[in-house]
Amino acid sequence: MNKTINQKAWLFVIPVFILVAFNAVVPLMTVVNYAFQETFGNNVFTWEGTRWFKQILRSDRFHSALGRQFLFTGVILFIQVPLGIAIALTMPKKGIGVSVCLVLMSMPLLIPWNVVGAMWNIIALPEIGLLGHTLNDLGFDYNFTQQTGDAWFTTILMDVWHWTSLVVLLSYAGLRSIQPAYYQAAEIDGANRWAVFRHIELPKMKKVLTIAILLRFMDSFMIYTEPFVLTGGGPGNATAFLSIDLVKMALGQFDLGPAAAMSLIYFFIVLLVCWVFYNLMMRNEAQG
Amino acid sequence: MSKITLDNLSHSYLDKQNSDADWALRDINLDLQDGGAYALLGPSGCGKTTLLNIISGLLNPTKGKVLFDDKDVTSQTPVERNIAQIFQFPVIYDTMTVYKNLAFPLKNRGMIDSEIDSRVKEIAEMLELTKTLNNRASGLTADGKQKISLGRGLARSNVNVIMFDEPLTVIDPHLKWVLRSKLKELHQKINKTMIYVTHDQTEALTFANQVVVMHEGQLVQTGTPVELFEKPKHTFVGHFIGSPGMNILPCQIQSATPVIDGVKISTNSQIKKSNFSKTEIGIRPEFVSFSKEGIPVKVLKVSNTGRHKIIDTECKSGKIKVLSHPSKDIPSGSAFLSFNKKYTYTYGDSWIIE
Repeated sequence: MNKTINQKAWLFVIPVFILVAFNAVVPLMTVVNYAFQETFGNNVFTWEGTRWFKQILRSDRFHSALGRQFLFTGVILFIQVPLGIAIALTMPKKGIGVSVCLVLMSMPLLIPWNVVGAMWNIIALPEIGLLGHTLNDLGFDYNFTQQTGDAWFTTILMDVWHWTSLVVLLSYAGLRSIQPAYYQAAEIDGANRWAVFRHIELPKMKKVLTIAILLRFMDSFMIYTEPFVLTGGGPGNATAFLSIDLVKMALGQFDLGPAAAMSLIYFFIVLLVCWVFYNLMMRNEAQG
Repeated sequence: MSKITLDNLSHSYLDKQNSDADWALRDINLDLQDGGAYALLGPSGCGKTTLLNIISGLLNPTKGKVLFDDKDVTSQTPVERNIAQIFQFPVIYDTMTVYKNLAFPLKNRGMIDSEIDSRVKEIAEMLELTKTLNNRASGLTADGKQKISLGRGLARSNVNVIMFDEPLTVIDPHLKWVLRSKLKELHQKINKTMIYVTHDQTEALTFANQVVVMHEGQLVQTGTPVELFEKPKHTFVGHFIGSPGMNILPCQIQSATPVIDGVKISTNSQIKKSNFSKTEIGIRPEFVSFSKEGIPVKVLKVSNTGRHKIIDTECKSGKIKVLSHPSKDIPSGSAFLSFNKKYTYTYGDSWIIE
């Protein structure tokens, strides 16, 4: 059989190629370019090798920003996942309540991130904000612009308010897809509420929870806008998470080389954690 | 173990009921004897699963009572009623091993470990699950999983009744036979009341001693497979049971004798009144034969299934199917049909006239 050889079909791939190039490859390669060189403007570059990477990896500033970042992400995951599951479990299963709850739950997700930051900034103002003023009236010495603990408390509260809904919605979807027969069988087997949760609901929610945790990990690890508007990374550097620190370095100090190196390290950390987590979950899946 | 009585049960999923159609179940009265093998047979949506869930206690009936050994259990939970139920698709606890799955209902009832262990092993032996006891349940095939569901039902030795809600739906055809005979065998071995819900007449007729046929939320007939076949009390039963189903032909009543196309038909029914809005003759294809005189018909089609021939014929009042031996010659064109009187019944408003 004679095959006609026609390479023109490759032309059809060009649009995708251009799209991917401009949207991913070119920007990323620009960053890579900066990460290995030094520039003082005017498009003049000098080769620096791995100097910026070494500098970043050895700097206390990066270590503490990374530490703050893991702490923040850890805390919000620790709060949002159980809280989200708990709310999803108590949500109504039929009737008008379902729509009401779903709309209420979706609200925080629809608000632009900088608005969330601004909202919480105003609410938390010690003198006039609803939250800040109330806390001070109750006798707490609360000032999120000056005290590290208060700044963390407010940032975490804001993130929990903003994003728990995502976990709720995903968990709720997972719960609703469980066939009634499972509950009926458990009822006949005499299972108590905890056993139903432990042996039916939680295993059946595993896939959506994996997605929820992955999404929440990525988003919270890359969080920028909300804390930037709320605290600006302060007081001092107390809430300067990785992305805030990165922007300070890149745009504040104009240290493009180290900032580019930091971006790449940052990117690989996110990638690595997601990869490890995903594989752990899927390995369990394969085992049964 | 106990006798189960359903007393004037009605159930509706709606808050308000305006017409008969709003009821999923209507006026069910039924006695299930201790140790019997029963099948609830009916098409999808006839209310059989609803009835099963009411017996098990998963649903509370809108009206009526459920009695176990003459004791009212209507308001009791499934645990209090001590029943077992196996569902349409296998319900297993994914995270547990087969062993833990079987032990789960016993553990929940506070049985001590050594007793659980011997009981689980006994059940596993009975269901041929011993080899897979320590495997994770989620890795098994559909029939293996359904065996686990069954095993969890059997694990408790003192259950009052074991109920099956179309348990073989997701099982491969060749395994259906195996599992079904396994169930039958189990019934003989443990001698417990079993209720088997299905829309498949073969399953119902092979499993049960007593078949309860349901139609649009009502019980239309309860009887042995032979009774259902030979004397359907309702035209629905005639249609639904048998393959092909019963021939149902509209007829007129002239001086207490049914007449089709001007031909008087002698039936096994004693017609004493004639104020029905519709009257019909029911005759199974097995009991129709070609003869020299009778109802004039046209032969439309002959299909040979190997075991028998199915002949489609048509008279003025409607179509009549005839079943005959494959070696028999079938007249073509015009012919006459006669009915075996013993198995011919007249139906008034769809119910048998005896």
